Amino acid sequence: MEQLLFNPVAFITALFLMQGPADTLRFNPAVLIASLYVFALAAFLGYQVISRVPPLLHTPLMSATNAISGISLIGSLVIAGSRYREHQVLAEVLGCLAVTSAMINVTGGFLITDRMLKMFRKKEAAKAEEKK
Amino acid sequence: MTDAQYFLEGTYLIASCLFVLGLKSLSHPDTARRGMILAAAGMAAAVFGTLFHPDIHSYLFIVIGLVVGSAIGIPMAMVPMTAMPQRTALSHAFGALAASMVGIAEYVIHGGAMGGIKMGALGLEVMLGSLTVTGSLIAAAKLQEVMRGTPIMFKGQQILNMGLFIAMIGSFTAWLMHPGVPVYFYTMAACAFLFGVLLVIPIGAADMPVVMSLLNSYAGLSSAATGFVLGNNVLIIAGTLDGFSGFILSILMCRAMNRSMTNVLFGGFGAPLTADTTVSGSMREVGLDDVAVQLAYANQVVFVPGYGMATAQAQHAVRELGNLLEERGVSVKYAIHPVAGRMPGHMNVLLAEANVPYSSLYEMEQINPELPSTDVAVVIGANDVVNPDARDNPKSLIAGMPIIEVDKAKSVVVLKRGKGKGFSGLENPLFFKPVTGMLYGDAKASLTNLTQAVQKV
Repeated sequence: MEQLLFNPVAFITALFLMQGPADTLRFNPAVLIASLYVFALAAFLGYQVISRVPPLLHTPLMSATNAISGISLIGSLVIAGSRYREHQVLAEVLGCLAVTSAMINVTGGFLITDRMLKMFRKKEAAKAEEKK
Repeated sequence: MTDAQYFLEGTYLIASCLFVLGLKSLSHPDTARRGMILAAAGMAAAVFGTLFHPDIHSYLFIVIGLVVGSAIGIPMAMVPMTAMPQRTALSHAFGALAASMVGIAEYVIHGGAMGGIKMGALGLEVMLGSLTVTGSLIAAAKLQEVMRGTPIMFKGQQILNMGLFIAMIGSFTAWLMHPGVPVYFYTMAACAFLFGVLLVIPIGAADMPVVMSLLNSYAGLSSAATGFVLGNNVLIIAGTLDGFSGFILSILMCRAMNRSMTNVLFGGFGAPLTADTTVSGSMREVGLDDVAVQLAYANQVVFVPGYGMATAQAQHAVRELGNLLEERGVSVKYAIHPVAGRMPGHMNVLLAEANVPYSSLYEMEQINPELPSTDVAVVIGANDVVNPDARDNPKSLIAGMPIIEVDKAKSVVVLKRGKGKGFSGLENPLFFKPVTGMLYGDAKASLTNLTQAVQKV
């Protein structure tokens, strides 16, 4: 046990080898590796893309990434709509809560980002808006 | 794979690409809006595709969730811009809530039968998600001033936090070893909820830009962990982008205060301090007409807004004064410090709302070289970000923090509500310098009066 906790390699190997009762649900190592690649590349891409966002747009950036991470909605949808052998009601209630909160971020996030970005005007456009 | 699954994966791929494009378009205000519409289209495609997921049998709870979510989300998009920080904090809470609910539901459905890696991701998802939910709610309460904004500290706080953290990690590890025992899982979730509260209460409202960014990052990472649990790439991509965005912002904010993350999180900045600065001299109060004449005959005027502008709702009054000056041929610029306000970019959004074109908004590094040739610098409700002690006094608590060097301008006018100290409780030597004139009163009223006075000049 102690050896597992202080040796990361042993810990990760142990995680890999842990047997769950239902084999189909276990993580397929190939899928895991692919997921890690996706994670690493997305992290790199995120760093590159986001460091180019000027401080001017940091508030819209925050609401935009918030809206985008509302993509957890797609996970929630499946949970709220599936049929299970047991715990049907609990899963549906949790799923419904998750759909609701993710949807709040999706609609609210994209709308307020657009509302904010609409306000960043060039000089001439700002003047024209003024005269209205 | 069936045709339906190919279709589903196709929509996810499209969504991932459009999200990246959308964020890339945020590198310039002219392209930003179109890019975000693309990202929204990507989201719509992914959600639409998921509705045809082969596992979905009943649409009742889906429809309820979508309708209730929109009914809450749309009004939340209509809040005034001054309420942006608390709105954003709330949306971090909702994002994290969704992730932790998915995590708990997955555990309820599959129990311990998921295999080690999935369980690890699931645990991380629920931990990060839960502590972000309560942490963000506390942050929102502080920003909305439902709760005291100053740090809340008590004896043994650090030890309690540490103990709670260890308990959380401990039950996580125990659960990984014995996945079939739900008690470990729920203890972990409960510890995380409590830890979120304790993490944010000792942090002052002035440090909120860092906390907001950090919570943004946690919410994103818990979404990414959801992606690992569900084996879904678009979730991993979107969550990672969100997580990294928050992470980069929090680093930028810390740098703009010259403080480390640990110092922000555990330092309890803004608590009553044994101040170290001794200031000599007295503050010089100036009259309205005096300032109006200075402004009217200046070549260049720089406005430096701070959180005080937001609380006084003075952004429109600033713009009116700025426009009037521009009509008289004065060059008007707005200098924005990275941590001015309560969240990253807060001041930019407020001024943009008031129709200030973005070409007039200057970053700290751009404006500092111009300040020596500026005739009048007008400080509106900002304090620490213009405190020359940060530069001159190595003993100051904010020593080393980059500032907007208004004291180098030929003349400085500070709009301030009263003679009290700033948010951090630090004395600001700027107010005692001979170039500085103080104009007391509500910022909005002062600016409106100034506009009238300039018209008469």
